[in-house]
Amino acid sequence: MRRAEFITAIILGLLSVYLMWKAGEGPEWDTEYVHWANTGINIDGSGPGKGFWPFYLALGMLVSCIWIIINTIRRTSPPSQSDEPFMDGYAKKMLLLVGGGLIGFLILIDLISMYAAIAVFIFYYMQILGRHPLSLSVATCLVVPFWLYLFFDIVMTKVQPKGTRWIEDTFYNPVGTFFRDQSLLVIVLCFAVSGAILAVIARSARH
Amino acid sequence: MRLLKTLTLGAAALGMALTATAASAFEPSKPIDFVIMAGKGGGADKMARLMQSIVEQNDLAGQPLVPTNKSGGSGAEALTYMNGVNDPDHSIMVTLNSFYTTPLRQPGLKVDNMAFAPVARMAEDTFVLWVHKDEGITTLDEFIAEVKKRGNKWVMGGTGKNSEDNIITDHLNEAYGLDIKYIPYKGGGAVAKDLAGKQIQSSVNNPSEALGFYESGDVVPIVAFTNERLPMFPDTPTHNEVSDGDDFAYFMQRSVVGAPGMSDEAQAYYTALFTKVYESDAWQKYKNDKSLMGDLMSGEELSEYWGVQIENHEKILKASGAIK
Amino acid sequence: MEIVSALMDGLWIAVQPHNLALAVIGVIVGLFVGALPGLGSVNGVAILLPFTFVINEATSDPAAPMIFLAAIYYGAMYGGAISSITLGIPGASTAVATTFDGRPMALQGNADRALVTAAVASFIGGTVATLFFTGFAPILSSVALDFGNPEIFALMLLAFATFIGLGGDDIPKTMFSIFFGLLLATVGFDTISGEPRLIFMNEREQTAVLETFGAGTEAVPFFDSVSWFSRGIQFLVLAIGVYGIGEMIWTINASRYKVTMTETTISFRRIMAGIVGMKDAWKGTMIGSLLGFFVGILPAAGATPGSLMSYGVSKMTSRNPKSYGEGNPDGVAAPEAANNSASTGAMLPMMTLGIPGSPTTAVLLAGMVIWGLEPGPRLFEDRPEFVWPLIGSFYISNIVAVLVNLAFIPLFLAVLRMPFTILAPVIFVLSIIGTYAAYDNMYDVWLMVLFGFGAYMLRILDYPLAPAVLAVVLGTTAEEKMRQSLLLSDGNFAIFWNPFFDRDGKGQEWWIAPVTTWIAVILIVLPIIIWAVRKIRGGSPAEA
Repeated sequence: MRRAEFITAIILGLLSVYLMWKAGEGPEWDTEYVHWANTGINIDGSGPGKGFWPFYLALGMLVSCIWIIINTIRRTSPPSQSDEPFMDGYAKKMLLLVGGGLIGFLILIDLISMYAAIAVFIFYYMQILGRHPLSLSVATCLVVPFWLYLFFDIVMTKVQPKGTRWIEDTFYNPVGTFFRDQSLLVIVLCFAVSGAILAVIARSARH
Repeated sequence: MRLLKTLTLGAAALGMALTATAASAFEPSKPIDFVIMAGKGGGADKMARLMQSIVEQNDLAGQPLVPTNKSGGSGAEALTYMNGVNDPDHSIMVTLNSFYTTPLRQPGLKVDNMAFAPVARMAEDTFVLWVHKDEGITTLDEFIAEVKKRGNKWVMGGTGKNSEDNIITDHLNEAYGLDIKYIPYKGGGAVAKDLAGKQIQSSVNNPSEALGFYESGDVVPIVAFTNERLPMFPDTPTHNEVSDGDDFAYFMQRSVVGAPGMSDEAQAYYTALFTKVYESDAWQKYKNDKSLMGDLMSGEELSEYWGVQIENHEKILKASGAIK
Repeated sequence: MEIVSALMDGLWIAVQPHNLALAVIGVIVGLFVGALPGLGSVNGVAILLPFTFVINEATSDPAAPMIFLAAIYYGAMYGGAISSITLGIPGASTAVATTFDGRPMALQGNADRALVTAAVASFIGGTVATLFFTGFAPILSSVALDFGNPEIFALMLLAFATFIGLGGDDIPKTMFSIFFGLLLATVGFDTISGEPRLIFMNEREQTAVLETFGAGTEAVPFFDSVSWFSRGIQFLVLAIGVYGIGEMIWTINASRYKVTMTETTISFRRIMAGIVGMKDAWKGTMIGSLLGFFVGILPAAGATPGSLMSYGVSKMTSRNPKSYGEGNPDGVAAPEAANNSASTGAMLPMMTLGIPGSPTTAVLLAGMVIWGLEPGPRLFEDRPEFVWPLIGSFYISNIVAVLVNLAFIPLFLAVLRMPFTILAPVIFVLSIIGTYAAYDNMYDVWLMVLFGFGAYMLRILDYPLAPAVLAVVLGTTAEEKMRQSLLLSDGNFAIFWNPFFDRDGKGQEWWIAPVTTWIAVILIVLPIIIWAVRKIRGGSPAEA
């Protein structure tokens, strides 16, 4: 934990230095700009420039990081006294499985659409991390995205990413046109029926 | 000569007829991405959502319009987004004057305004000079006298830096030798409120933004920056009437554009769609209530209008030192 | 009397079918969120905030989305007690104190009585606080129109001064968190100069990177920095990242050990018996209701210290302090009344001054800004059609919450048995689809998940992240108002501290900003003096 705290503080300190430098930057289109010119506290009688506030905040971050490093060296903060590892084997495995799953989920959104990605993610999570019965995993990973689809895309017309043009044109356009023509009652019914199916499967899965 | 004219007219009519038949060929096959070049809650956003609700209520389009706000970088985000959409036939955008000024100020964006499909100009928003009633000012001359007396303690609030409000303030300073201090705000609503609370001394709000405080009597209109008097404020002169030869009128365009690369059929479809919106009672009522001006404009005509506007804005921004 | 008629109008709007339905749904969601370990009112409100944009568009009622979120906030305060009592794990930090006596009561076989006591005490606490709120809010907001740019900046300063006490023991980490949050708020487009700033990997940097590696610069731009950063770091991106992703991964890790649940049965007869039994807990309830409210209205205090303090005071003033910790009903009632009371109290500075009292109210504040409302002294003046229905809904939500809570206790107990491996992916999915729905682009979703991973790492190392979340909300306003004020004063800082500074050439005196600034300065300086004095005397403050 001590080493992790030390390394993190150094990384954050470097980030602060970068941000301090970055704060003094001018607009890209202004070729005559001199670096740091906008970090002044009163530029031409019109108060601080746009870099003033970020620069001193980043400086404050840097000072805090140095302070944290001193505390780590003097062993006055709880993590620097702890002998526990930063992440034990279980934590590393969890982070890899959950974090990797999330990254994969995000990549899939652009490729195969939001709802399909949700289905894949839920199935992955329930099978790999939860070890639930197959029937329950399949039911959940189909019903939850269907609910979300009805809620966002149909009822609220808050459309979500649809993946490639081909997936969109082949699957979503006809389905969307179909559901949008239905009355709200039908939608609510679809919602309830799929929920009931899920509940039945969840019940039988428990036995 | 006459023969030539007839021929061109005939060709034009034929062309129109062709596009008209072609137009019926395009029908949106999925929800239409309706990008708003400004944040939630502002004037442009409200107007865009009104257009959307008119389309929905009258069932004008076969598919819903889905409004999405892309406000980043004073419109830069919206412009780059529209430049790169994968389906230009289903992507349209509501624009304002940052459509001209942002590509001028940020050449790194590599956006060509003229590549956007000119769908329809729905209106031009107007600007009025407002002061608080406690200042006791009612005419432009009194305004100029009072501001001169106050030196650099006279404050104008406005939406954003180098924006429409800023351009008008710069013009007043230059034309009358004033030293008005300009303070940028996030939105017109905040400006109107601070004027009513006497935190600032004047504003050049759109009528729609200041209307509430005008009706409650807190703020007074001095001049309108239009060519004709606004029907809602018949006693408020235009700037040109009282300015002794300094001609200055300024408008904010409220236009709908299609993504670069939109097919002609789709463009014709959207022009027809927004013509219907423009002609609807709801839109006409909104235009009257909020003192908007400007008639419907589309196609070539709109492109030419943009060309003139871009030139004007380049001149204005160069004069104020915002671009080189 | 004006207040009474305004309140009556508000109550009438609050019981309109759509608002009542939103309150009921909100309370149920809140109860779940509160009851599930690892999720608290902040997580619930942050993850569900995007859904309210949808509500905002669907109902033209400006108060509707806020009624929904406030109901979640309340519900979570009730729900926290359920897991505290039956699992011995506080459902949220606000319910920590409830475990002290609630868990022993459950182990003694009185779980049902503890649950009923908690529910009824919560109801009384919430209602008392709402009455106070109704009385205080108009007084606080009567100075509304006097608040201009310098005044609002001074208020922000006051808020930051109170933040210092928020992060806990590790001073540099709390400082880092505040600075980082404030800095995130500056990314994107600067209103005052009209220029972008802190655009990570803009074209200039991309060119520099390629040149360093000897590659040609034809590939620029290889990274679309405009789409990523030009709209700024949205508040929700950080809040959902921290609470929806970071905290969740942390909880998955922390909850690896099995916990045993106390079985309880609840029937109508037992509920009635529990209500009759409230007479043993009236004192704790009263202490919690009053103390909770006044701790809650202190900016940056919130419900957690409110409930802990109430427990302490209740124990100190008890004739039998030794029974605390061994299943004393007063020990359940005091913190439960207090956390509900404090959550209402925390709304007061948020709505009347624009200062969030807790991370949850920070999220609510951000929501109000996005719905086009401006929380602050002028809110009551400008938007009565929002304020009074909301206050009305506080009363309604409390009644709804106590009824739903009592009726659904068996259901909540069933849900608590639901495996975390079903709940966790659903929460991740809601976080992601919610962020997308709020901002309509994948860049913010990626950023949100990356923040989540970062937050998880920092969480392990004890960095407090609530100050960062609060700072993001206040950061934009604070900087903007500071610079607008300094534009007004030609860069002279006297505008903040000198009441005789001439702002508009009329020679007026302005007192509100200077007085507020001086109070803030004293609040910041005082702890430093105390710290220095202690240091001189020889005690090390880090160990104190």
